[in-house]
Amino acid sequence: MASKKQTKVNIQSVQTELSDTFLSIQDLHVWFELRKFGFGRAGYVHAVDGVSFDLDRGEALAIVGESGCGKTTLMKTILGLYMPVKGDVVYKGNRLSEYSNAEMRWYRSQVGFVQQDPYGALPPFMNVQRILEEPLIINGVKDKKERLERIHRVFEEVKMTPVEEFLPKFPHMLSGGQQQRVVIARAMILNPKLLVADEPVSMLDASVRVEILNLLRGLQEKHHLAVIYITHDLSTVRYFSEYIFVMYAGEIIEKATGDDLLKNPCHPYTLALLSATSDPDAKNVEKFQDVPPGEPPSLVKPPEGCRFHPRCKKMIPGLCDVKRPPEFQPIKGHLVSCWLFKDA
Amino acid sequence: MAEKTLLRVEDLKLYFQTSHGDVQAVDGVNFSLPENKAVVVIGESGCGKTSMAKALLRLLPRNAGTYSGKVLLNGVDIMAMDDEQYRKDVRWVKMSMVPQAAMNSLNPVMRVKDQVSEPMIVHSAVSKEFALEQARIMFQRVGVPVDFLNRYAFELSGGMRQRVAIAMSLVTVPELVILDEPTSALDVLTQANIMNLLKGIKKEFATSFILITHDVATASEIADYVEVMYAGQIVEFGDAYRFFTEPLHPYSEKLMASIPRLRSTSKLDFITGQPPSLINPPTGCRFADRCHKRFAKCSEEPPTVNIDGRSVKCWLYQ
Repeated sequence: MASKKQTKVNIQSVQTELSDTFLSIQDLHVWFELRKFGFGRAGYVHAVDGVSFDLDRGEALAIVGESGCGKTTLMKTILGLYMPVKGDVVYKGNRLSEYSNAEMRWYRSQVGFVQQDPYGALPPFMNVQRILEEPLIINGVKDKKERLERIHRVFEEVKMTPVEEFLPKFPHMLSGGQQQRVVIARAMILNPKLLVADEPVSMLDASVRVEILNLLRGLQEKHHLAVIYITHDLSTVRYFSEYIFVMYAGEIIEKATGDDLLKNPCHPYTLALLSATSDPDAKNVEKFQDVPPGEPPSLVKPPEGCRFHPRCKKMIPGLCDVKRPPEFQPIKGHLVSCWLFKDA
Repeated sequence: MAEKTLLRVEDLKLYFQTSHGDVQAVDGVNFSLPENKAVVVIGESGCGKTSMAKALLRLLPRNAGTYSGKVLLNGVDIMAMDDEQYRKDVRWVKMSMVPQAAMNSLNPVMRVKDQVSEPMIVHSAVSKEFALEQARIMFQRVGVPVDFLNRYAFELSGGMRQRVAIAMSLVTVPELVILDEPTSALDVLTQANIMNLLKGIKKEFATSFILITHDVATASEIADYVEVMYAGQIVEFGDAYRFFTEPLHPYSEKLMASIPRLRSTSKLDFITGQPPSLINPPTGCRFADRCHKRFAKCSEEPPTVNIDGRSVKCWLYQ
């Protein structure tokens, strides 16, 4: 387990103005208690089980995984919405669990959140101006003129112009792409240092998806943001992030830079994900896709050893189903939790 | 190859009445589909894909206004039938549908076996035991474990629910199945599984499919033909192979260029602006405002041009 701690994928050290790491996730475990008849304890859902990584400013990280693999729980823990049972989120050298309420409020102003479903994320009874003013009011920007000025500035950044036209509108009057821009504007209005985006384009049409991804990428570069991009769609990832982490059943099983992961996928699960993601090509009709059998395991009683072993073709009996694989490094800067690479 | 035409749609129109005027959701759709082929309908949301499916199956909401045109299924005009005859002879007998978000369209208070056997009991006048036996066979075929028969929809995962909905649409062995976004809410691996299943069924049952999706990559898994819809009209229709290599209509071209690809490094493009309102659609070409190849002629209604078996509604090819 010792090797789990040193999980910095970034081999070439990125110089930042801060001496200590910007965001560090240390052996994070988030479990949810299951209750029987309201009081008796029936076990835990191991939603996130031993996740660690570091993230610096200006880096974009994509976490890829199927639904139910714990990526949303991980994200919400980073946002400070769930408390981990073990491990911690460390922001600029301070532990999130030790924050007071006021410090927590400050932390939340440092972290922007872009939700998945823009329509569900915007209150239907508030107009756009109200929606964007709210975080400013909460964070003590009392001067109305300054608030409007900041709204204008952020709206120009997300390319919602002319600004005046949009401010009195209600969310239902906007198209999906525009709603998502409002959500991004709201996340950006407090000048956060970290942006967490939970499937920001999965609800949008293909024609606007790219526009929103480009916008997020532009904001990231301009403001030197750290971005955590959570998705199940591998095909959008390469356009967006430096690092890709693959998550399965509460664990991160593979960590690599974007190009490296797509060129040399190591973990059998990553391979399966990649081969199941098809590009539009007329030849697809002729063949069946290779899909591992079964479904992701229950997180209440996850399988012993490697959690993917019941579905894995390359399972090594006596090893994969017994011992949890540590992280191996078959290629420099490419970490994989799989016994197949034990000699690397 | 002389292929038998299964479905022919001529000038199909479906308008919805609203207080602002008629929404021209499906506005003069023409296409034909040979037997045992799959046509994939792609387009942005709000371009009338689902409305077209509903118009074909005559599942109309209360505010439906104009509903006209000709739909020939095996040469019989099903639009001329009255509702009772349509229900008896067409819906779920010859044509069935897997609705959008099939996961949520299952009845939460019915066991899935009853739900899957119900269409048979209603349409084929068979005994309940026989229908349940058929449901069991169908469950095995679509890959749902047989011990799931007694479960309720909420006890199944998303992929399993989708399979149940597919089983339900196939149990009466219809000739044509309309699938509305069958994979859009599912995970990548489940998506691949469902597409494999559909490919298998297409071979085995000789069924035809109309598959509605906005995911072009998924579409390419099964498509024999591709139909591109924009603002209630078909702007391009043709065989899949040539569509994926060389789309004709500027809209299809842009749409293809906006698909993120895993295995190529081409720069992504996007379509500026939004589709027009369908209440008062612009005269002339409906895509003209967003088109990068627009020229003077585009303010007039474009003709549908036939280019070696592919049709495209654009002035560029006149």
